[in-house]
Amino acid sequence: MFPMTLLFNATIETVYMVIVATIIATLVGLPWGIVLYTSRRGNILAHPLLYQVLAIIVNVTRSIPFIILMIAVIPLTRILVGSSIGTNAAIVPLSLCAMPFIARVVENALLEVDSGLVEAATSMGATAWQIICKVFIPEALPGIINGLTLTVVSLIGYSAMAGAVGGGGLGDLAIRYGYQRFDTSVMLITIVIMIVLVQAVQLVGDKLAKWYAHTGQ
Amino acid sequence: MITLEHVHKNYTTSKGTIPALRDINIHVNPGEIFGIIGKSGAGKSSLIRCVNLLERPSSGKIIVANEELTTLSAAKLRAARRKIGMIFQHFNLLSSRNVYDNIALPLELAGHTHKQMEDTIMPLLELTHLTDKKMAYPAQLSGGQKQRVAIARALASKPHVLLSDEATSALDPETTLTILQLLKNIRDTLNLTILLITHEMSVIKSCCDRVAILQEGELIEENEVGEFFTHPKTEVAKNFIASSVLQHLPAAIERHLLALEQPDTHPILRLWFLQGTATQPIISEISRQFNLHINILQANVEYIKNHAMGIMMIALRGENAKIQPAIQYLKERSVQVEVVGYVPNDIAV
Ligand SMILES: Nc1ncnc2c1ncn2[C@@H]1O[C@H](COP(=O)(O)OP(=O)(O)O)[C@@H](O)[C@H]1O
Ligand SMILES: [Mg+2]
Repeated sequence: MFPMTLLFNATIETVYMVIVATIIATLVGLPWGIVLYTSRRGNILAHPLLYQVLAIIVNVTRSIPFIILMIAVIPLTRILVGSSIGTNAAIVPLSLCAMPFIARVVENALLEVDSGLVEAATSMGATAWQIICKVFIPEALPGIINGLTLTVVSLIGYSAMAGAVGGGGLGDLAIRYGYQRFDTSVMLITIVIMIVLVQAVQLVGDKLAKWYAHTGQ
Repeated sequence: MITLEHVHKNYTTSKGTIPALRDINIHVNPGEIFGIIGKSGAGKSSLIRCVNLLERPSSGKIIVANEELTTLSAAKLRAARRKIGMIFQHFNLLSSRNVYDNIALPLELAGHTHKQMEDTIMPLLELTHLTDKKMAYPAQLSGGQKQRVAIARALASKPHVLLSDEATSALDPETTLTILQLLKNIRDTLNLTILLITHEMSVIKSCCDRVAILQEGELIEENEVGEFFTHPKTEVAKNFIASSVLQHLPAAIERHLLALEQPDTHPILRLWFLQGTATQPIISEISRQFNLHINILQANVEYIKNHAMGIMMIALRGENAKIQPAIQYLKERSVQVEVVGYVPNDIAV
């Protein structure tokens, strides 16, 4: 007999972890990516030193494997949420892991914006802040949405890993029932749910990106 | 309205310093359409980008509407830029905004209310014939329509001056004409001063009052457009005019064209009838008087600002001894003669 309530709760936990982690990571990663891009040489807030520092932090943090990051930040997690196990605790490493990823994704989306648009806005007397808000972000939005979709999909996978060390969610369930109690059907169902989640996120992400691209088709 | 004094611009690259502009002096009068023509790499974009300080000149003064831009603070410069509209070769419209919102951008930047924006934008949509495209996104528009949106956007903040960086270079000839017509039209109705750069003589011909030639970063010739076409001073000017008035030589001739005279060849001449000299009588005259066989390869008479100007390409065959006197005869009747080259006699023209 399937533990239906367990499955349902685990799905909710996974969705909760991923959504909260994505929001926190975006709140940091989006400005980070914007500063990363605009501080590049020749850009509106050119600052080579700042750019170097931010780029190095991105590269270093992105090269730490998630499983190690999860353990390494336990002290921080304790300070922030008061415990190192549970869904809220898992959100800390998940957000930290997604921040530099989003920063890069945003930077890459901004690199696709035609420099002629900045020129046009400058010729209209726009300030740097106005260029960021009215040109860079709206013009890069389809790319940013694609990048965020990618991030969410990765976080769904990572959240399963976090579950394995007591974070709750579908990963936790799969390991407790599927691995430790040899209940293959639970394992399979969790996988199916994960696939559905990923598909749904990808579908919505693609639709949104396409809508904001305003290509007219 | 626009004055550039001793403007120099150098680009510093890893390979050294590139002098893109050298001692540029320009004065554009209010209400004038001033064109700058030059080949690719001459420094046209650098020059026009210096006028609103998108590019800072290395030295020199830039004065627009009595304000010396180079001395302004960042905030004052932004305010001054609102009064200098600019349009670009690749339109530079925001793909994330529809036509109406693109035109609204400069007004948003200046903090106008929605009501003020609507009052400004609706007449502009009408002026640029875009009222029915108001909700369309740039991806749904043709090149000409995009440039009209860009023009409306540039006019939204009611500028004194409009800068045009090759605004018609990405458009087909027919659309180019409608855009140039629109520029003339807004100059007349809004009393705007327009500075445009182009590499196409046809643009100068169809809408400018004055023209200057930019060659390797230097202004080498400046004149009122009618005078420019009828009394070109430099070789560069003549070449620009010839290339705009005449097509290429027929391929059969072009292939066999020799730079120097050789036995059994005859000359190809380019004749400039600048002072409105009637063309036909002179040609038949030399044919009769010197017993020469004249083949008109191309002929074109243009009317630019009420000046008639003709350019003709002819092949001149006959006794060698008669050819020089014929050329002399033409020159005496103030026809400018230029020997383009020589073609072997056995080539059928
Ligand atoms: N940002 C730049 N950095 C270095 N060199 C430049 C830059 N912009 C233009 N140049 C050089 O300056 C010269 C003039 O360029 P430009 O003003 O674009 O000419 P045009 O618009 O007439 O084609 C060219 O040799 C070009 O390579
Ligand atoms: Mg150019």
